[in-house]
Amino acid sequence: MTRKSWQFLKEADVTPEAVFQQRRQLIRSLGAGSILGPSASLRMLAQGLAGAGLATAPLGLGAKGAALGGTRIDDMAPLAAKRNAALSTDEPQTAAEIVTTYNNFYEFGLDKADPSENAGTLQTRPWTVVVEGACHKPKTFDIEDLLKLAPMEERIYRLRCVEAWSIVVPWMGYPLSALLKAVEPTGNARYVAFETLADRRQMPGLRSPVLDWPYREGLRLDEAQHPLTLLTFGQYGKLLPNQSGAPIRLVVPWKYGYKGAKSIVRIRLTETQPVTAWNQAAPDEYGFYSNVNPNVRHPRWSQATERRLGEGALGGLLAPRRKTEMFNGYGEAVAALYAGMDLKKFH
Amino acid sequence: MARRPSDRLRYAVHLLCLLPLAALVYGTFTLQLGANPVETLEHETGLWALILLLACLGVTPLRQLSGLGLLGPLRRTLGLWAFAYAVMHLLVYLLLDRALLLSEIVTDLTERPYIMLGAGALLLLTVLAATSPKAVVRRLGGLRWRRIHRAIYLAAPLAVMHFLWLKADKNALQEPLLYAGVLAVLLGWRLAQGIRTRLGRSVGPHQDASRHGSH
Repeated sequence: MTRKSWQFLKEADVTPEAVFQQRRQLIRSLGAGSILGPSASLRMLAQGLAGAGLATAPLGLGAKGAALGGTRIDDMAPLAAKRNAALSTDEPQTAAEIVTTYNNFYEFGLDKADPSENAGTLQTRPWTVVVEGACHKPKTFDIEDLLKLAPMEERIYRLRCVEAWSIVVPWMGYPLSALLKAVEPTGNARYVAFETLADRRQMPGLRSPVLDWPYREGLRLDEAQHPLTLLTFGQYGKLLPNQSGAPIRLVVPWKYGYKGAKSIVRIRLTETQPVTAWNQAAPDEYGFYSNVNPNVRHPRWSQATERRLGEGALGGLLAPRRKTEMFNGYGEAVAALYAGMDLKKFH
Repeated sequence: MARRPSDRLRYAVHLLCLLPLAALVYGTFTLQLGANPVETLEHETGLWALILLLACLGVTPLRQLSGLGLLGPLRRTLGLWAFAYAVMHLLVYLLLDRALLLSEIVTDLTERPYIMLGAGALLLLTVLAATSPKAVVRRLGGLRWRRIHRAIYLAAPLAVMHFLWLKADKNALQEPLLYAGVLAVLLGWRLAQGIRTRLGRSVGPHQDASRHGSH
């Protein structure tokens, strides 16, 4: 393991799930969930007290299984992949603990910590993905077949969130173009639409009307066929944990993170531009293209700089902000896709 | 001389108000503030400023409903703590979030309504804090002091709107709406008191409840 140690949740890493849940239950029974809910500082105090009150688990008992589903990266089954060095950045990778506990996945709650706490209910097996629309060979794929459709590659990409933070993640997957080729798009296909699972029994967040569920995203066909666009099954050498979009998600490194739909159940080739969830909710703020662009501000914050999570002392408290790069630094590879387009208008 | 119960109560409230700060300092140095500690600190200090501001507004209704006069001094204690957390909130924003990038701060102040609302609330709280020492109260005189301190009825809605506007982008309004609801109850209670007093006055020579001060 070359992964840098990071102290956040270090204790939880070696705490058996049962004890972990027991503590959480204790905190809940103290009423902390309802009264202290909004405050992380009080939650932390309560957790500290609860942790001290229960016997600390002996080290090394943490489950190191090979799970096909779950929320703890260490428990996930390994996923072999060959690194594609040419398409990988050599910047330091963000610790897996950060990447797997700081997630926007509204189907499991609005707070960044919610998905890693709530996504345990997601059932990732059996899982099928319907690929349909403007193609000659529409097909429903089983996840096991998708895992074998093309050689698995490791790609280390920067991910820039629209909220002005960024991470560097080793993903495991293969180009989406491999799947598109298998269904043979018709000559009229111009766009690809993606749809995330929307099941209330598995996804508590669907009860809140934040977005018009199911979560939908879309790409122009040439963007979808671009070699950087990765159909993704794993991260950090393991299958994706649920909160990261298991069992299958999209990663489009030159666009804001939300363009990468998670837990995909449907892929549709279309002739017209598909409606996407965030664009529908706030068209001024979230364009269809959503290319990372430091010159186009979000109405409520600047996109000129970003915070690289985990970088610097005190867990990143004192790290200076970085300048955000056009197309998240992938301009050389993708700028040609947008030749002649006004990227302020088509943001 | 034995401490009066009202003093004891005040010290207890001071200790309670210190708790979130202590937790944040502890969390900072033990790396327990999560993946984005700047965001956590910013959110927590702002949240506690708001909670304590609402608690401050809750003192008078609680005092009048319970008849416990010793609660009165807590308005000042809670108000000053709300101001303290608001200042910490500002410092986290300036020093850690924006890292003193002047251009971004100016853009924030001139183009982003939620920042303007927050700045307005903090400005008012600064005036209230600056006029809270007993010597200043004496110099201003009770009536003028009371008029100035009515600014809390503007500062609190500004603070709530600051939070609402921030969360509006992601339609995540549940949490700020909770605080808006509490504020509405606290201000509505005063409105009802005021109307009752006025009606009472026009009908006959009843006791004037507003003489005890209004917040």
